[in-house]
Amino acid sequence: MTTPDGMPASTIATDGIGGTTVYFAHPDDYVATIQALKDDGFEMCVDVCGVDYLEHPDRFVAEGVVATRFEVVVNLLSLSKHQRVRVRVQAGNDEPRVASLFSLYPGTEAPEREVFDMFGILFDGHPDLTRILMPEEWEGHPLRKDYGVGRVPVQFKEGPGPR
Amino acid sequence: MTDQIRNVDRLDILAAETHEGAQELRPRSETAADDLGKEMGAVLRLQGLNLDPASIDVEGPEDERMIINMGPSHPSTHGVLRLMLELDGEYVLRTKPVIGYLHTGMEKTAETLSYVQGGTNVTRMDYLSPIGNETVFALAVESLLGISVPERATWIRMMMNELNRISSHLVWMATNGMDLGSSSMMIYGLRERELILAFYEKTAGLRMNLNYVRPGGVAADLPDGWEDDIAALCDTIHQRTYEYDELLTGQPIFRQRMIGVAPITAEEALALGLTGPLLRSTGVAWDLRRSMPYLAYDQVEFDVIVGTYGDNFDRYAIRLNEIRESVRIIRQCLEKMPSGDYRTQDAKVTPPPRARIGESMEALIHHFKLFTEGFHVPAGETYVGIESPRGEIGCYLVSDGGPKPYRMHTRAPSFTNLQAIPLLMRGGTMSDTVTVISTVDPVMGEVDR
Repeated sequence: MTTPDGMPASTIATDGIGGTTVYFAHPDDYVATIQALKDDGFEMCVDVCGVDYLEHPDRFVAEGVVATRFEVVVNLLSLSKHQRVRVRVQAGNDEPRVASLFSLYPGTEAPEREVFDMFGILFDGHPDLTRILMPEEWEGHPLRKDYGVGRVPVQFKEGPGPR
Repeated sequence: MTDQIRNVDRLDILAAETHEGAQELRPRSETAADDLGKEMGAVLRLQGLNLDPASIDVEGPEDERMIINMGPSHPSTHGVLRLMLELDGEYVLRTKPVIGYLHTGMEKTAETLSYVQGGTNVTRMDYLSPIGNETVFALAVESLLGISVPERATWIRMMMNELNRISSHLVWMATNGMDLGSSSMMIYGLRERELILAFYEKTAGLRMNLNYVRPGGVAADLPDGWEDDIAALCDTIHQRTYEYDELLTGQPIFRQRMIGVAPITAEEALALGLTGPLLRSTGVAWDLRRSMPYLAYDQVEFDVIVGTYGDNFDRYAIRLNEIRESVRIIRQCLEKMPSGDYRTQDAKVTPPPRARIGESMEALIHHFKLFTEGFHVPAGETYVGIESPRGEIGCYLVSDGGPKPYRMHTRAPSFTNLQAIPLLMRGGTMSDTVTVISTVDPVMGEVDR
C-alpha cells in the first residue's frame, strides 16, 4: 500500500475487509486527508455517513486513535483506478463536529445534511446545514443510540408508553 | 382553533402548518446573496460560492417572478417529492427539492432486526428494485461473516438482479411515457413488467419486496421449468423493446421534449456523486458490473451503454438499451446456470431443510436459534456497493459481534442523484421539470428510507 502524496502524517492506514484501505484521519487533518486522496485520483465521494458508538466503544480503531462516541465515515471511489477507500474520522463526544467536504466534493451536501439530521454532527463550512429528512422543528437526532425506538401504545394493557 | 386558522389576518398560523424551515425557498428579497447563489443550482456551487447571483441571472423585476410549490403529492413527482420552483414566466430560475415525506427510519429499524430479518427491511427501500437492495445487504453481511456462497446462488442472484433491472427500467419507461403524454407506453411498460413479477411470484412467492436474496444464498431454488419461463420472457421483452423504440424514439413530440433538454457534463456529474444512467449519459463508462465486478459479472458478456450529451434523450436511450443488455445477460445465465446448492450449507447461517427438523435434534436447535436469536456476525465494518438500476447502491454495515447490525447505512443512489435536479432544471421551462424528474428516476422510498 503506497501513501498518496500530501497525506498528513497523523493519518493511519489500515487494511479493511475485502482489501479496502481504511484511513483513520485525525479530526484536524481530516480535510487534508481527503484532499490528498482526491489528488491521488479518487474523483468521487460516494457516501458520507455517521455512526454513534455509544454502545460499542471498544470497536477496532488504529493504534493511537482516540475513539470518540461519534464517527464520520467517508467512502471515496476512484474511477480511474477502480478502487475504493474509506476514511474514518472521530467526530467527538458531546458536541460532535467535523469539517465539511463540500468545497472538495459538492455532492456531499445532501449526505452531510442527513448525518447532521440523524446524529447531530455539525459540519463546519457546510453551506446549508439544516434538517433534510425530519421536520424542521423535530427535537433530537433519531439515529443516536440513546434515542428510543417509537412504539404504538397498546390499549387495555399495561403496555409501554410511546417512546 | 379553526377560527384562528381561517382568519386571514393571521397568515403566520397558516404558514406554520406547512413549515419546512430552511428547506423552503424564500423570495429573493429575503435571501442573502450567497444563499441565492447556492440555490441557483449545483453548477454554481461548483464554480465557487462567491459568484454574484445578479451577474448570471435572467434579468427581470422581482414582481414578475413567482415561487410555486410542486408536490409532494403531484402525479409526476414519482412519489412524494416536493419541489419549490422560482419561475420567471415559463422559465425556472431556482429549484429546491424538499424531501423527507416518506422517511420511516428504516436505518433505525435495521438496528432492531437480526441479520436474518434484515432482508425484509432493506427490500422495501427502493421498492422498484427490491433484489438490488437485498443483494447488497446480503453481500455486506457475507463479507463480514467471511463466507462464500455456492456458485449457483451467485448465478441465481445475478439473473434475478438483471430481471429486476429490466422491471425497474420498464416502470421507468412507463412512467416517463405517461409524463410525456404517451399513455400507450404506460400500459405496455407495466404489461411487460407483469411478466417479470409473475416469475418472481413463482420463484419467491411474492411479486414485490421478495426477501429472496438472503445472507448465505437465496431463499429458494428456481422453480421447475424456469428455463422455459425465462426463455419466453427474454424473447418477449427483447422483441418488445423494438416496439417501444418504434413507438417513442422517432416520435416528434417525444424527441422535442427529450433531445437537448437538461444536459449535464461529466465533470458536474462526478462532482455531485451521480451514478448510474445519469453518469453514463455524460459519456463516463462507469458501471460497477463491468468496472468492479461482483457476483459473476466478469463471466458474462454485455456492453456498458454510454451516452454523449448527457441530456434527457441519452438517459432514455441508455435505459432502453440496458434492457436489451440485461436480456443478453439473462440468456447467458440460462445457458451457464451451474447446478448445485442454492445456499451455503453452513448450518450457522442457513436454516435446516424443513424435513430434517423432525428427525434431527441439531437441526431443530439450529432452526430455533436462527429464527429467534439469529446468527452472530464478527465485529467489524464493511462497505459493499453494487449497480442498482438507478446507480450505485451501497451498504455500510457495522457489527459489534451480536446478532443484529450495530449500524446499517444504505447509500441510496436516488438520494444522491436528486442533488442534480436544481442544476438540470435551471433555465429550463416549467414543462421540462416533469421530464427532468422522470429521467433522474428517483424512488422516494429509497431517498427518504
